[in-house]
Amino acid sequence: MSEELPKAEELIQIDHNPPKTGWMDTPVNIRKGMYCYASNPKSVEYLGLPNAREWNPLDDDWKLPENWKQIIYEGFRERLDRFRSVKVFMDICVRCGACADKCHYFIGTGDPKNMPVVRAELLRSVYRNDFTKAGKVLGKLAGGRPMTLDVLKEWWYYLFQCSECRRCSVFCPYGIDTAEITIMGRELLNLIGLNIDWIATPVANCFRTGNHLGIQPHAFKDMLDFFVEDIEEFTGIPVEPQFNKKGADILFITPSGDVFADPGTYTCMGYMILFDYLQKEYGLDITWSTYASEGGNFGFFTSHETMKRLNAKMYSEAKRLGVKWILGGECGHMWRVINQYMDTMNGPADFLEEPVSPITGTKFENARSTKMVHIAEFTADLIKNNKLKLDPARNDHLRVTFHDSCNPSRGMGMFDEPRYVIENVCNNFYEMPLNTIREQTFCCGSGSGLNAGEDMELRMAGGLPRANAVKHVHEKHGVNMLATICAVDRAALPDLMNYWVPGVDVTGLHEMVANALMHPERTETTMDLRGEDLPGMEEEDTDE
Amino acid sequence: MFSLMVVLVLCLLAYVGVEVLGLQSLFGIVIPYAAVVIFVAGFIYRVMGWARSPVPFRIPTTCGQQKSLPWIKANGIDNPFSKVGVTIRMILEILCFRSLFRNTQMSFKDTETGKKISYRFEIWLWVFALAFHYSFLVVLVRHFRFFFEPVPAVIRMIEYLDSFFRIEFVSPVIQVGLPGFFISGLVLLGAVSFLFIRRVLSPKIKYISLASDYFPLFLIMGIAFTGILMRYFTKIDVVGAKVLAMGLVTLKPVIPEGIGGIFYIHLFLVSILLIYFPFSKLMHMGGVFLSPTRNLTTDTRMKRYVNPWNYPVKTHTYEEYEDEFREKMIEAGLPVEKEQV
Repeated sequence: MSEELPKAEELIQIDHNPPKTGWMDTPVNIRKGMYCYASNPKSVEYLGLPNAREWNPLDDDWKLPENWKQIIYEGFRERLDRFRSVKVFMDICVRCGACADKCHYFIGTGDPKNMPVVRAELLRSVYRNDFTKAGKVLGKLAGGRPMTLDVLKEWWYYLFQCSECRRCSVFCPYGIDTAEITIMGRELLNLIGLNIDWIATPVANCFRTGNHLGIQPHAFKDMLDFFVEDIEEFTGIPVEPQFNKKGADILFITPSGDVFADPGTYTCMGYMILFDYLQKEYGLDITWSTYASEGGNFGFFTSHETMKRLNAKMYSEAKRLGVKWILGGECGHMWRVINQYMDTMNGPADFLEEPVSPITGTKFENARSTKMVHIAEFTADLIKNNKLKLDPARNDHLRVTFHDSCNPSRGMGMFDEPRYVIENVCNNFYEMPLNTIREQTFCCGSGSGLNAGEDMELRMAGGLPRANAVKHVHEKHGVNMLATICAVDRAALPDLMNYWVPGVDVTGLHEMVANALMHPERTETTMDLRGEDLPGMEEEDTDE
Repeated sequence: MFSLMVVLVLCLLAYVGVEVLGLQSLFGIVIPYAAVVIFVAGFIYRVMGWARSPVPFRIPTTCGQQKSLPWIKANGIDNPFSKVGVTIRMILEILCFRSLFRNTQMSFKDTETGKKISYRFEIWLWVFALAFHYSFLVVLVRHFRFFFEPVPAVIRMIEYLDSFFRIEFVSPVIQVGLPGFFISGLVLLGAVSFLFIRRVLSPKIKYISLASDYFPLFLIMGIAFTGILMRYFTKIDVVGAKVLAMGLVTLKPVIPEGIGGIFYIHLFLVSILLIYFPFSKLMHMGGVFLSPTRNLTTDTRMKRYVNPWNYPVKTHTYEEYEDEFREKMIEAGLPVEKEQV
């Protein structure tokens, strides 16, 4: 964590009263710890995106193209013509304020420009000035203001303080979705080369190597081979993952974060053990791909076009390998892309079959067109049909709560599948308060490409509402494990927990599944996937 | 406050225009006609403008369990996978303000183990928003009695219900021939005042409010106030008002004598409201029907939807990928399409 990060006791002293000066008259103050570094020109260039150059948000000169105002204006107009969402959301807000205290960044920072309504007004003010009659005639009286460099900087600063979590859109009486506004705003910024590196470089990596982390094919296989060794050491199970296998039944795609960093790696090991079990017990043939080795899609945080360019790999690889359908791992925004965009952008996937679980015979009718099934749906179905031999007592050292990730919640509606899985693989499960879970869940504070190191203060502030709810169940029920189905969560929440609620660790769903799974070849029973001894299991012989 | 000034000036304008300059036909005929034309044309123009932009992606906000496995209970309204579900969701949204009903209020509390954030159910905005819109609707419908001869039974019924709770006023105040006290007018004025006071007293809401948020509130306040004034406190010639209204709807406009300045203020403010409507946030009335996070089905994995402007993009193909990494792949034992370039 960065050295300048304030202590938790200081950061929680938040003043939610807005300043005396109105937001239009308060210039933006770009503050260290709250923003992410500018994109590396090499990444921007590799993708063929505009205005690749070195620049620093703290400098006065952002090295913009001379006609940047023109570009923004034209870009804005084009998007108004292409997206009814933008047009309607620009026009119908009544500023009732219902969204104001729903945003985790506002709750955590008290900065009034983090109220969703004001974040949107930053764009709306320019929209009114440039595109509405009232704004053109009445100017500021109608809430309009002309585009200036200061306004542009304000856009950049606050559009990268929104994690596109959509919590505000649940409460808006007109369903105005700030994520949609942020997405458009970021698209406009990208037209003049104003991205952040934590997004641009993963996107460039993903384009070239197939995953955000830039892991090349041989290294990807190496990394999974490491897990094979670890799994053998901790459980005795000799798993054999398959790569780029033509004619496999199912292609599995998960975020590369799970291959790379703890505790996501344990989730990855969980998938591998589960697949191995299914292969040996039921003959299921699943393959990983090194080309489509990324479930996440930071293109989504760049522009619709970039999202489509990255997402195209999923179908194209499934077609090349000739699999029947695609299984997707635990990831947040990946699933919003798959659920709401993929089929429209890159479909129809008529070369695939309607997904059927070869083990249970269940038809996944909800995925009959995209042909892509979420692993929580897949596993819940296996458990329901008694196809997994589970010993939840192996997770008895855990007192678990579940963090609903933003996108699977508000962009898909997956609530009960992961809960069903959790309740079958562990015995101690406690929900956080109702206003902080399911469709009202709070973001980890690091979503939509904001999980960099340099914006740690923003992340800790934005994650406060989530952490505070965890703290509640930590104190009340002794919860020590936060389960989640999102790779960004797994990367971001450990920092957040260390900062606000020490003593709570983070896990993916399938780490717990694999830990409870009684694989016939399991010879070691005293350790979990982290190589840690399981309390109470030392002497016990649970092997068959 | 600028918006209040504008509304007061508008009132004055109408009063002076009628009482001093004698411009009854301008304020009683020309402006109302113009207002209706602008309202209707403007409203249609705006809605058509929205409708002209396509909906490329289905982006509903899912607020309930998706339909997946048959044994998991799906929430067909908050996560509507069928058109029926969407219809119910939209009806609840439009008639009951369902999303606003979810409203909570966040606050920080000091506890032994540090600050705790709590979220309290906050119902007042919903209550007053609902009160405001429905009382406005009732008042509007009641006014149709001026445009029909004879007055339809439906309107009589609404009037009867509206005045059901009789507040026993001292008799001289109540107009002859009109029974009771209309609760809707009072509720309207009360609710609109609440919405105004909320904007002023809550620092957050004050911060986000624009002149264009106060203006319609003052305008509606003015309309309700002059309406109540005419009905209960000053004598206005209701028969005359009806003659004028009937003249307008039958396209044979006449200006009857003696309906007074306040009536013209009332009518002028209504005209301004109609004119202002299509250019303002009041268009949320039309927009709420078109909101893509509410009015679309969530069956996007079951059914393919087409983006009318979908265009091909430059991707990085598997062939390009293999060409770059072929040697490394072969060395690592990964299958390749071509052993050599």
